[in-house]
Amino acid sequence: MDFSLSEEQELLRRMVRSFAEKEVAPGAKDRDEKGEFPLEVIRKMGELGLLALPFPEEYGGMGDTISYAIAVEEIARVCASTAITYAAHVSLGTAPLYMFGTKEQKEKWLSKCLDGTMLAAYGLTEPDAGSDAGATRTIARLEDGEWIISGCKCLITNASYAGIVVITALTDKEKGSHGISSFIVPSDAPGFKLGSKYNKLGLRGSDTAEIFFDDCRIPQEYILGARGDGFKQFLQVLDGGRISIAALSVGIAQACLEASLKYSKERFQFGKPISKFQAIQFKLADMATKIELSRLMVYKAAWLKDQGLPYTREAAMAKLFASETATWAALEAIQIYGGFGYIKDYPVERYLRDAKLMEIGEGTSEIQRIVIARKLLGEVWV
Amino acid sequence: MRIIVCIKQVPATNEVKIDPKTGTLIREGIESIINPFDLFALEEGLRLKEAHGGCVFVLSMGPLQARISLKEAMAMGADTAVLLSDRAFAGSDTLATSYTLAAGIKKLGGADIILCGKQSTDGETGQVGPGIAAQLDIPHITCVTKIIKVDHAKKRIVVEREVEEGYEEILTTLPVLLTVEKEINRPRFLTVKGIMRAKKTGVVVWTASDLEIDPSRIGLSGSPTEIVKVFSLPRQKRGIIFSGTPEEQVETLVSKLKEAGYLF
Repeated sequence: MDFSLSEEQELLRRMVRSFAEKEVAPGAKDRDEKGEFPLEVIRKMGELGLLALPFPEEYGGMGDTISYAIAVEEIARVCASTAITYAAHVSLGTAPLYMFGTKEQKEKWLSKCLDGTMLAAYGLTEPDAGSDAGATRTIARLEDGEWIISGCKCLITNASYAGIVVITALTDKEKGSHGISSFIVPSDAPGFKLGSKYNKLGLRGSDTAEIFFDDCRIPQEYILGARGDGFKQFLQVLDGGRISIAALSVGIAQACLEASLKYSKERFQFGKPISKFQAIQFKLADMATKIELSRLMVYKAAWLKDQGLPYTREAAMAKLFASETATWAALEAIQIYGGFGYIKDYPVERYLRDAKLMEIGEGTSEIQRIVIARKLLGEVWV
Repeated sequence: MRIIVCIKQVPATNEVKIDPKTGTLIREGIESIINPFDLFALEEGLRLKEAHGGCVFVLSMGPLQARISLKEAMAMGADTAVLLSDRAFAGSDTLATSYTLAAGIKKLGGADIILCGKQSTDGETGQVGPGIAAQLDIPHITCVTKIIKVDHAKKRIVVEREVEEGYEEILTTLPVLLTVEKEINRPRFLTVKGIMRAKKTGVVVWTASDLEIDPSRIGLSGSPTEIVKVFSLPRQKRGIIFSGTPEEQVETLVSKLKEAGYLF
């Protein structure tokens, strides 16, 4: 067993930290306050090859999920809005194209998603289908060589800026979860309509919107993978996505720890820095411990994925523990900052608003516990 | 055009702690990075290659751990990386280091332009760059802020360098050694492709036996510099912040300065 990063992973970490601090951190506060979407940052990340990171070298990446997790963490450490945009684009929008796409589909879209000239989104959630993703109501019917899609998707990250959205829709209702298929829908397809953007608690720089499919027409060959494989596919996609949300959580929690360390050394009460008080020291120690444990679990899940071993349970554990750690760490950071922690001039209140979504998106904490329990009990899903 | 960039691996922090007993730097737990000034030298080298063609070599002397810094330089865009590493080089001062690096440059076949950072953030002598030029018997210009023109065919270069009162423009001949200031450019980021290329290409390691050198001029035996004592400056006390109106604050300041004997 070897707990050290490879030289390449270490260089990647340095590269992303340097990029994050110089190019991402300076706009983080504005992105949150003004809801500015980090499109330019994502383009630059594309130029540096970061959007291709988890994919094999022939696609411009390192073929390495640990490296990708490191990158997501480092971006989240300075700006969670940018990190969720990045993670949703790579893990949810682009990964299904890579995993299930045909050669033609990859040629048409994958390279653009990898170099950042096109943003991708993933449309799974519907008004009546969230955690119960099998309850998809969006319908796709085949007519004269075209799929006609009708329905709606909600809470879709990157929706307003996406060139393509990978969606799930019912193709064979009578087959239940085996009647769901995936499609690649270009955002300029006739009948593709963007709904309103949500006014969110946190991650305010990221884009989240509704999408309506009003008899939206796409060519027959835009189906992704085999007809009826949609349910199986999105379980796989979400497993990978959970690693990225876990890594994102570690980044936010790490930011909480660093802010708390800095502030507790600067803030004087009773004649000494508050870091000299055990009440504060215990908080710092607990934060550092839970962050380290979260990070190790992220790396383990990523490592399993790269070895081609089952990682569903570990990805769920990493996501569950890291996301709950992030929210808790943000609350502790605010507590250490005291009254100033409640003020928007300091970053820690943003960390809390951003962290909360990590316990919800890509499977709530409750769903993660169900996934873990089912694995423990040997229950089968599909 | 052949460009050689000399880099040094240094501890990441500016607040290097010194062991008060031994007088040596405490390096444990501190990340090693490329000397920040050397990154500007590397960036300038990469820009020269982009403008004039050719190749960029990076060269360093140090322990085997310095390989990662050379890989980092390759991930930024350098073509070839060479590390001079041997126990015999340990304890080198700036003279022995310059001699050894010059030997490495000769083995590489020389260069049209050799670039160095103007100094390192740990040793801060600024001597190694000019030292290499002296060993190679070529001109050198320190504290370069801009490369104005390079005429490869006529073997001429015009650069701007910073001096106390302003800037100088200097014309000299190639080959030349330049040490650069940090305002010369903004170093690029590593790329994922660069990292993968560095992984494949790897770092060439040369030991003392690979170089044509006089053993008495390397390492401790080749180092006339003797460090008598290294110490940290005592930490400054916490400042005092005066309150009141600006007028009141000035009055307090003046009286405090008088009290301390700085004003009469």
